[in-house]
Amino acid sequence: MVTSAVNHYFKSSIGRKQLIAITGLLLCGFLVGHLTGNFLLLAGPDAFNLYAHKLASLGPMLYLIEAGLALIFLSHLALAVKLNIENMKARGKYQQKTKTGRGTTFASQTMPITGVVLLVFLILHLCSLKFGSYYETTVGGVLMRDLYKTTLEYFASPVATGWYVFAMICAAVHTSHGFASAFQTMGWNHGKYFKNVKRLGLVYAIFVGGGFAFVSIWCHMKGV
Amino acid sequence: MSSETMTLNLKIWRQKNAQAEGKLVDYRVENVSPDMSFLEMIDVLNEQLVRKGEDPIAFDHDCREGICGMCSMMIDGKAHGGYKNTTTCQVHMRLYKNGDTIVIEPFRAQAFPLIKDLAVDRGAIDKVMMSGGYISANTGNAPDANAMLIPKPIADEAMDAAACIGCGACVASCPNGSGMLFMGAKISQLALLPQGEPESPRRALNMVHTHDQLGFGNCTNHAECEATCPKGISIEHIARMNREYLKAAFTYHEKNRSEGGA
Repeated sequence: MVTSAVNHYFKSSIGRKQLIAITGLLLCGFLVGHLTGNFLLLAGPDAFNLYAHKLASLGPMLYLIEAGLALIFLSHLALAVKLNIENMKARGKYQQKTKTGRGTTFASQTMPITGVVLLVFLILHLCSLKFGSYYETTVGGVLMRDLYKTTLEYFASPVATGWYVFAMICAAVHTSHGFASAFQTMGWNHGKYFKNVKRLGLVYAIFVGGGFAFVSIWCHMKGV
Repeated sequence: MSSETMTLNLKIWRQKNAQAEGKLVDYRVENVSPDMSFLEMIDVLNEQLVRKGEDPIAFDHDCREGICGMCSMMIDGKAHGGYKNTTTCQVHMRLYKNGDTIVIEPFRAQAFPLIKDLAVDRGAIDKVMMSGGYISANTGNAPDANAMLIPKPIADEAMDAAACIGCGACVASCPNGSGMLFMGAKISQLALLPQGEPESPRRALNMVHTHDQLGFGNCTNHAECEATCPKGISIEHIARMNREYLKAAFTYHEKNRSEGGA
């Protein structure tokens, strides 16, 4: 029987699921912040570079935030991998198709696949932009990195833009299930408001996926 | 009574025991009345098999009136046939047409080891129940019926959860083989009522612990369980269980609480 409740939480099915839910929602929040920054690309090179420079000059604070983000992302990933391995073992191996058509959705069934796409995307994304080509520019007499040029240069390639848009579709599909699912897992499901949570999840998925894809296509059209 | 009878083609999972290899075997069953229940149709087939000196198909059944939860089988890939709020025994052959082919498989999940043919051991569900799905009440005179006031909407919600018959359809249809709808229904039902409230943190911790130990999977909110539950139990009860469990994990101390007497 259970004696140490908190210790049990981090080992149990529900406890680990709730950690996936919370880290997932935090990542959803991060995406909104990231997208807001991306929209500055539309405002021109100076606005975007100034914003990137402000972030970079946070110094140790930025490293702390980045470490936190990495921790959230890696826990989300590690817990989800373990959960999926357990579930693959636990499920019944049927000869026939067992879908009712009233439960699972395309998004709910493809969570591991869209998740893996996003992992690969994230690694490539960091390599090609954050740690990508380095140019310098001066805005208002201050020397700073010209991330605007790096970004436009990257999206000049139709392959890069196409891959980016595909990854953002995966992000939209992933969050379209994940957002509302996180609420259910945390126990925030009541007949009174859960329909609206589901709607909000859908709006979020379309807004975030569409927003990132839109900016990338805009960059591609603009050219170097 | 309709006099038209049907001939059906069945593909039924045959497996001697847990260790043996199983396979889908073709059967043809004649003289099926549309008024028969699904189980009676299998009875007819079994009579034919016995007459031919073959081994009849093993399947679970008991009350045959939709309340015991024994008649576990996947009919055409759906638990209890997938009809709304219906157990296998309440599925009637008028839903099928002459010449139809029906595939019948046992409930499958890691937590439900197969015994023979369509019969599986759903004892894991009882073990989860034994670890907390009860209340402790003092013996003695029955208390006055209205001494404990429970608002009607709360009583109704508890009753919706209490409708669970422990048939295991939720586990069998879950793409993760999880028992969360079944467990959620019980934890939710007892947490809603004052009679169950005192033990609710310990109940949530123990039942979830037992569930995890028995090889059930983790819920990923597909809601396939809700779609196939013959008692129409909502995944809102899973959410309530998640809440109860979270609360219990961070506030419950064995020493601070002593339920019942010596």
